[in-house]
Amino acid sequence: MKMFARKLAFYIVTAIAAVTVDFFIPHAMPGNPVAAVLARMEGNVTPGTIRSLELLYGIGSHQGLWTQYVNFWDKLLHGDLGISTSNYPATVSSVIGGALPWTLGLVGTATLLSFVLGTVLGVLVAWRRGTWLDNLLPATTFFQAAPYFFIAFLALQLFSTNLGWFPSVGAYSQGLVFPGWDASYIGDVLHHALLPALTIVLCSAAGWIVGTRNVMLTTMDEDYVLIAQAKGLPRQRVIWYAARNAVLPSVSGFSLAIGFVVSGALLTEIVFSYPGLGWILLQAVGNRDYPLLQGIFLIITFAVLAANLIADSVYIFLDPRIRQEA
Amino acid sequence: MTAAAGRQYAGEPLIEVRGLRVDYGTGPGVVHAVVDADLTLLSGTVMGLAGESGSGKSTLAYAMTRLLRAPGMITGGEVWLHGGSKPGGSGHGPGSNGAPGHDPARRLDLLAADETQLRELRWSRIAVVLQSAMHALNPVMSVGAQLTDVLRAHMSGLDRAERRDRAGRLLEMVGISADRLSSYPHQLSGGMRQRVMIAMALALEPAVVIMDEPTTALDVVTQREILQELTELQQQLSFAVLFITHDLSLLVEIADSIAVMYAGRLIEQAGARSLYQAPRHPYTLGLLNSFPGLHGARTRLTGIPGSPPDLRDPPPGCAFHPRCGFALDICRAETPALHTIGAGGRAAACWLQSGHGTVPAELGRPEPGAAAAAPAAEAAGSQA
Amino acid sequence: MSVVSGTAPPEAAEASVPVVSRGKLQLPRSPKLLIGLGILIVFILLAIIGPVLAPYDPSASLSTTSGVPHPPSAAHLLGTTQVQQDVLSQLLVGSRSTFVVSFVAGVIATALSVVLGVTAGYLGGLIDDLLSMLANIFLVMPALPLLIVIFGFLPPSSGSSDLLIGLIIAFTGWAWGARVLRAQTLSLRERDYVTSAQVIGERTWRIIGWEILPNLLPIVASSFLFTVLYGVGTYTALAFLGLVNTEHWSWGAIMFWAQSSSAETSGYWWWYIPAGLLVAFLGTSLALLNFGVDEFINPRLRAAGLSRRRARRAGHVVPPRRFVLGLTPVVRPADGDGRNR
Repeated sequence: MKMFARKLAFYIVTAIAAVTVDFFIPHAMPGNPVAAVLARMEGNVTPGTIRSLELLYGIGSHQGLWTQYVNFWDKLLHGDLGISTSNYPATVSSVIGGALPWTLGLVGTATLLSFVLGTVLGVLVAWRRGTWLDNLLPATTFFQAAPYFFIAFLALQLFSTNLGWFPSVGAYSQGLVFPGWDASYIGDVLHHALLPALTIVLCSAAGWIVGTRNVMLTTMDEDYVLIAQAKGLPRQRVIWYAARNAVLPSVSGFSLAIGFVVSGALLTEIVFSYPGLGWILLQAVGNRDYPLLQGIFLIITFAVLAANLIADSVYIFLDPRIRQEA
Repeated sequence: MTAAAGRQYAGEPLIEVRGLRVDYGTGPGVVHAVVDADLTLLSGTVMGLAGESGSGKSTLAYAMTRLLRAPGMITGGEVWLHGGSKPGGSGHGPGSNGAPGHDPARRLDLLAADETQLRELRWSRIAVVLQSAMHALNPVMSVGAQLTDVLRAHMSGLDRAERRDRAGRLLEMVGISADRLSSYPHQLSGGMRQRVMIAMALALEPAVVIMDEPTTALDVVTQREILQELTELQQQLSFAVLFITHDLSLLVEIADSIAVMYAGRLIEQAGARSLYQAPRHPYTLGLLNSFPGLHGARTRLTGIPGSPPDLRDPPPGCAFHPRCGFALDICRAETPALHTIGAGGRAAACWLQSGHGTVPAELGRPEPGAAAAAPAAEAAGSQA
Repeated sequence: MSVVSGTAPPEAAEASVPVVSRGKLQLPRSPKLLIGLGILIVFILLAIIGPVLAPYDPSASLSTTSGVPHPPSAAHLLGTTQVQQDVLSQLLVGSRSTFVVSFVAGVIATALSVVLGVTAGYLGGLIDDLLSMLANIFLVMPALPLLIVIFGFLPPSSGSSDLLIGLIIAFTGWAWGARVLRAQTLSLRERDYVTSAQVIGERTWRIIGWEILPNLLPIVASSFLFTVLYGVGTYTALAFLGLVNTEHWSWGAIMFWAQSSSAETSGYWWWYIPAGLLVAFLGTSLALLNFGVDEFINPRLRAAGLSRRRARRAGHVVPPRRFVLGLTPVVRPADGDGRNR
């Protein structure tokens, strides 16, 4: 458990750092934060927005910065992220709450799928080095380098606009009154999710392929892989001997990659007008809805940290050397 | 300790290597790591393969089993494995006890074998023990899983419980309690890990075990224990051993015969005692003088001047001539071939032994079988 | 490969296939490196002369009569936008900003990662613990959402300063390089020649500058390429979200306008495909270069088949295209594969 506790402590520290950064950014900008916000809102100010901003930034209460910071924490721990200025009087929590399930469903599934797919492919590409599979690498490089939203554009143009196979907008058919989770609704949701999910998989699997391949090539030089071959084990078993070890760095490297993948996935959502966090993020940017913007940042950070903690737990489970220590 | 010393070349040829050549890379930077190697391993005997690091001894052993890694390539020769499973008996039936039926008349060229043939004979006929058991054991799999893997691949007749049971008995055979099956390699000591490897190597009662410096990474006490156990197991199960090491003094104790390599070539081959007491090649003599004998009279250690040649650019003629105190003109121009000396089945690749120049006294000692050979006289003759 | 004679890192010394001719510093002539370098040079030229080549003012509406984007024509090689701006001009002008921002981000982030990584690795102790923790926090915190918040609060006027944008992106992109450099410094610090320099009483900055940094160069290069790549992607994403001044032309800004006019669902492909492809190709070239450097650092990753053609031409033994573990190839010079002509 020691290892797990250490990881948990680190993520808690990171979460605290994220909250602190989130609190201080508006205060670190030149001038009065509310004034700056109001200036950027260019006159679209209602009494409601002003009140919510005052609440968020502690204007009018003449509190010191530290007191404001403590209050920020206090509200946060009670699930209060302020009022969304563009959705007044809806709270930031409720706006995020409406979008979060869509993102978790789409991005979670797609990320997991791309990890599994990319790792398996990476193992195979390394094992079958010197064959046509090597040609896969330049292609993966392209998809890795291309912005997610560009691939999303292409996917939309090709499969939705030109071929008409998939809907182009939203997470479910427009005007559909929520009928309950019956087969046709689930089918409709899956139909809408497929193209964005494919985009995310295509873009993020590339990184896993290259990463796993490189580790696998190094692992294949290990004596135990040679011994597996010398033992006359079936080929799949020999690959397993190497792959079982080669996957470990990929799992621990998950934390480095998940931030990128999630960022890319949010942009993908925007292109597909998928009603998740990415979509409300775009609206928050467009409407200068700062409380919402800050709330989304915190939620995404927390989600990424949680994903990391899960990846670390998997790692501890997979590596007996760590497990014993844990 | 001289367990094998009394036994004679009783076995039949088990592995015959003829003219084996191995290259690393190609073109101008090519390294000829093994050149025209001839070797015969007799069943049930221990053969030592000695040489400095980089002499090609490990390359030779791995190449003949086709386990050599890239960029190593076999560029010539034959490797015959005699015996083997009976015709049509490729699968191990449920009744099989794991030891494949042998048919001495059958032989297989390992260099022409395909993947399926190799997979079948690997471990069931040829097993391998490497220097570092830490690296040879998969760090994320339990010892039991790695042992039963072998049984599952080669003995389809056993069910899960039987495999587990047999793996446990294998561990006990090398002095490790069967409840260690669920341990991971990092939970075992260095000596235990190497014992596990030996148990694993013997799991299918192979005809030969190739051991690549199996005790080098261990401390001296553990090294002794493991060698002792190995010798006992070898006599009990009578498998052949190809023992690779740079430590000639160790081979003298455990090997029946010894082959010495230098710069990719086999330069001397003889019975262990003959080689120890009456070396015929200057390099062997130099090697013997580099180690203190474990028993016998004290001699002065001299070692060999100079360093091994760069195999990318080996010297012309005999590769050893720049370091040889007896070098002749012909040694600088022509490479001597390994040729038979006397009737004892020994051979050396040295111009001195084929009528060029006079044989120095150190290289012309009488065979230990000849009654005159007294240990005291041997020691006195050592190179000053 | 030795950069300072006799002090090559052990990874490089492990190279088993002789690729380098003796004595000279020579990059492996891998096609990845060459292709990557070739594309990158084209992009650098584009960034320098692109804005001069632009046939039109990228922001000017060239006709007020039409509200529909026009497909490519002789007058507008890459067509026009909804408000009749010339897409080609936007691309050419935007190439400079895209390149400058990513380059600035790469330089600053790499400098930060060298300073922090080497300091942490060389000094160790509490400083190492704190810096490592800081780097790890930056690594797991998702960068894009953080940047969105930062840019959201920036005064609008700063949205068009390439330098400032690059600086802020660098602020979120140094941690990866710092971590790798720290690990490598840690291992270099234990090497004999560094220890002996310390025993002799060399000054710390001299040891770092002369003994350690030269051996970190390949990793610094790799880390630089990585952060430039990161800069390209991040800047494009920020511009695409409309967080930097959208009149300040960059490839991301072009895609912002295309997206706001639903170009992808209306079939105005000429509007966004060229910009997207340019970003992808710039990224690809950087990634290829990075692979080349990686292979340089870790020779195991090198393709084995490089010398086949040369070997065949010279009549040498031709190695197989694929080495299978546990199936050492048997290539007899007299075999068909090895025979020449």
